[in-house]
Amino acid sequence: MPRLLDCHERPAARPQTLFFHTLQNHCRQETMSTESAFSGPGPDRVFQQYLEKGEFRIQRCRDCGKHVFYPRLTCTGCGSIALEWVQPSGSGTVHAVSIVNRQADKGGPYNVVLVDLKEGPRMMGRVDGIPHEAVKIGMAVKAKIDTSGQAPFVAFDAA
Amino acid sequence: MTQNSIRGTAAFVGAALAGIGEAPGRSSEDIAIEASYKALAEAGLTTKDVDAVFGSLPGDCSPLSGLLISEILGIQPKFTDNNRTGGSTFLSYTLMAAMAIKEGLCDTALIFYGSNQRSNTGKLVSSVRPFPYEAPYKPIFPATSYALAASRHMHQYGTTREQLAAVAVAARQWANMNPVAFARGPLSIDDVLNARMVSSPFTVRDCCLVTDGGAALVMVSAKRAKDFPKKPVYLLGAAAATTHMNIMAMDDLTVSAAKDSGERAFAMAGVKPTDIDVVELYDAFTINTILFLEDLGFCKKGEGGPFVASGAINPGGRLPVNTNGGGLSCVHPGMYGMFTLVEAIQQLRGECGERQIKDAKLAVAHGNGGVLSSQITNILGTADTL
Repeated sequence: MPRLLDCHERPAARPQTLFFHTLQNHCRQETMSTESAFSGPGPDRVFQQYLEKGEFRIQRCRDCGKHVFYPRLTCTGCGSIALEWVQPSGSGTVHAVSIVNRQADKGGPYNVVLVDLKEGPRMMGRVDGIPHEAVKIGMAVKAKIDTSGQAPFVAFDAA
Repeated sequence: MTQNSIRGTAAFVGAALAGIGEAPGRSSEDIAIEASYKALAEAGLTTKDVDAVFGSLPGDCSPLSGLLISEILGIQPKFTDNNRTGGSTFLSYTLMAAMAIKEGLCDTALIFYGSNQRSNTGKLVSSVRPFPYEAPYKPIFPATSYALAASRHMHQYGTTREQLAAVAVAARQWANMNPVAFARGPLSIDDVLNARMVSSPFTVRDCCLVTDGGAALVMVSAKRAKDFPKKPVYLLGAAAATTHMNIMAMDDLTVSAAKDSGERAFAMAGVKPTDIDVVELYDAFTINTILFLEDLGFCKKGEGGPFVASGAINPGGRLPVNTNGGGLSCVHPGMYGMFTLVEAIQQLRGECGERQIKDAKLAVAHGNGGVLSSQITNILGTADTL
């Protein structure tokens, strides 16, 4: 079961004043009603802040229970703005796969997948740790955070 | 069909191509205006007769393309529309133009498109910006998105790479009968399979061309249409549907919004898939043709692969599809939708020479935009079908 978050579990603020200010605003969302979704850092920024802390979070609608990814202001299931950040299990299944045939001198081929997360949402990803030809539709994968690039992002290992 | 239906209320009286293949030294605007001039000339009109302008240009041109093209032409239209749903968008301009004409908002609508992407950059010039939740995985835009959909179709229905290749081979056989087609010459299933792999399961021969090209259409009321030099072609049905923008948000990768747009367009036209004489589909990739044949009701879901492999869509087959050679072998300047319409109109007028479908009276032109995102179906017919 995904663990629900409260304000105290949000990523610790960095020393920067601006950042702290926006984070405080975000915490206030939990108790404020309809205004809350429309103040503080937007969902893309909050998602990225979690990733920078080493956490992969998705959203869940408090009204209809649907899990939502990518991050949004309104629930794609019911239109509500009562989206909260939860920790997904990280488990998923490869739904579709393509091997991009990059030239060898540029790093060689790599895989691009669509993964159905256990909680429901589908996301794009890459499966590491096995040969690209071995990445198959239906195989189980586990989410991880790839920090090798400029900004962290979610990738997968074969489960 | 309702009393308020736009069925048959507007007609195409001009249709022209320009800069097909390569147009070195010409801007996208030049190509669009050449096509516009020719489409109007064919209708016995000039730019000064136009009071409504619809159109798009590639992503490296002004997004305010309706204003720009109108200014270049020196006209002040009463009605403009630059709705952008990707390459499908032209098939919604026809619907909007028909509605505007029916309501008396305008009399003579010009629909334009031009792109010099091949001569200018040598690659696709897209209007789409990288999506932050897909960009880290480096999909080739848009090929990998379509490839992911193809992988799913292969997984669920057993569709094979050979069946995908059959789409490219059929398109080439039609192109070989079209003097303006950019890619002509022999092409076998093995040629497609053995070509350079791009994003599996697609080789470069499963992917559309990167060409220059433009087209223009002129639409007027059905009442006026009889007085023009060319045999009028009527818009009998039109409908649009959208499911997503990015491939990760497409619910079912094996069913496109063409199912929805097709059902509504056929209902408006009051005809069935089995009534259709010629079909022009937006074949950016070989999987498109298979998906759209299924979704529009020309074969059952999952049977598109065997259907195309049977030779059904090749010249001489039971369903003529992409008779100009399609985006795979005729022309693809980035937004192919216009070319489905021009070929459908020319087939219904009987102007297609060697590749002419005998006595063609009803045609489907179907546009795709984004990554299987926007689907827009038009059904066109001759005066006999009114």
